Amino acid sequence: MPKQAPVPDELSKPFWDACNERRLVVQNCTACNRMQYPPEQTCSECGSEHNLEWREVSGRGKVNGYCVMHDSRIRLLQADQPFNIVVIELEEDPAIKFLSHLPGTPVDQVPVGASVLVDFQEVGPGQLIHEWRVVG
Amino acid sequence: MAPTGWFPTTRNRSQEGLGVWEHRGKVAVVGIGNSPTARRWDETADTSVGAWAISAAQKALDEAGISRDEVDGVVTCPQGMGSPWAPNPIPEDFAKAYEPTDNPDDGLTGVSADWIVKNMGLKNVKATYHTPACISPALCAGAQVVGDGEASTVLVIRGTGNFSGRYGQYGAAAGDTASGPGQWTNPWGWQLIPQIAYGFDQYCRKYGSSHDRMAPFVLNQRKNGALFPEGYYYQHRPDDLKISVEEYLSARWICKPMNIYDCDMPIHTAGAFLLTTAERAVNMKQKPVYVLNHVSQRAKVRSSVETLDETEAFTDSIARKVYEGSGLTASELDICNPYDGFTLFTQYFLEGLQWHGVQRGEAHDFYAGDISVKGPHPFSSSGGNNGNGRTRWWNQLDCIQQLRGTAGERQVTLKAETALAGAFTPNMSDWMVYGTSPD
Repeated sequence: MPKQAPVPDELSKPFWDACNERRLVVQNCTACNRMQYPPEQTCSECGSEHNLEWREVSGRGKVNGYCVMHDSRIRLLQADQPFNIVVIELEEDPAIKFLSHLPGTPVDQVPVGASVLVDFQEVGPGQLIHEWRVVG
Repeated sequence: MAPTGWFPTTRNRSQEGLGVWEHRGKVAVVGIGNSPTARRWDETADTSVGAWAISAAQKALDEAGISRDEVDGVVTCPQGMGSPWAPNPIPEDFAKAYEPTDNPDDGLTGVSADWIVKNMGLKNVKATYHTPACISPALCAGAQVVGDGEASTVLVIRGTGNFSGRYGQYGAAAGDTASGPGQWTNPWGWQLIPQIAYGFDQYCRKYGSSHDRMAPFVLNQRKNGALFPEGYYYQHRPDDLKISVEEYLSARWICKPMNIYDCDMPIHTAGAFLLTTAERAVNMKQKPVYVLNHVSQRAKVRSSVETLDETEAFTDSIARKVYEGSGLTASELDICNPYDGFTLFTQYFLEGLQWHGVQRGEAHDFYAGDISVKGPHPFSSSGGNNGNGRTRWWNQLDCIQQLRGTAGERQVTLKAETALAGAFTPNMSDWMVYGTSPD
């Protein structure tokens, strides 16, 4: 389904560039050994702005929960209503949460707790965005 | 005067461990006023949010029995809640009737303190502030301003302009791209509504509950709205409040498990509160309602969504701050009016506050009991925004009326000597604690 295409900025560009290479990366503070997503200018734990790096992660996760959107304010999504909005937790750190429409999974039949794998969807010319699919 | 700035966040009581509020009982609410209500603006000057804000403010002054010249402070929430009026042209009669500020939307979507000072002709104002989102932070700011002696008599005002068209479907929501913070959420349609719906689903999974168990609360909110003469439904569509359990359960989904009856309806109106010192209050016309504490919550989530654990931690923190700063315990809080603009998050506040002993996971059992205003657990006696239309101040208004003993058919039969109201979300909200006694 069509999605709004992200507009990379100085902070987010490395993330979206990685998506375009079909890699999922997450900011990591080397001082705290703690990941954070979405990216921020500083570590939300220690406040450091110098110890943040981009760390490639496995792209494996689990379905944490969901809801089913029937009346979105986002114009581009309205033609596909109702649709799943799913919260994914990352295998390396379940506190890191991603969002997904869980393509391939019927509406309101989201298997909470199921394993998922990252996938990438083209949302604009040359711009991929991270999505997730149920596996196994 | 220089253009009004935002009330400094450093003056919010957003931290735990601050102790009892230094101005507890030294500030009082002495006037309340509400304008007429409408579903949408009819585009005449007389019913503009600005006109109605003046009307509400004048009612608050009249209630207290004071003149405009006695007002020396104004705090408003200048932001509207719905779509902006711009780029529509400013209606001619509005432009002729009112003096503008630098913001062409001023007086149409909301009102700034500067617009109020100019257009009410308030000559003696020495302190003005703006606060975001709801009237609750403006009330908190007003209380602190009076307590600190920066002004002695402060009008707190909010207007909520509601125009034609689909609510919230403009700006970033209407575009083909997502930038800024929205790049991490909007592509999937994640906004506040999905956040609340997902959180409620998590709540039901954790505590073994379900959406149908919300029916008693939603129906009771609407029953209370039918007893609130200032509210939109009471004035215009009382039959809409008479929904059955079956109608609630079969209503269309907005974002399952949230349906249309779980959402408050945007309306067009304005409200005002008048705050002054406890010393001055005793000489005014109304029985003073004293401010015992004000609390702000500004919490940050760990990742791209707010988890149920975070929601519960945030509302626990709100409760600790409410009780610590007021010196009250849960059992000493008589009136409890947390925000209900999405009914699906009200239980977090109720359980965090442990009002009437409600613990985590028990709200739906509590709702199944007697929560009517004449019963033993008159929860949310205002009927909230669900029962009156979206303003985010009915709960504050009800607290004042309950403590004055002027809530009419909504007056609770239990003791009403202390009260709490606040909005908006678990991670960002502001709360006022009131008492009939300054001590």
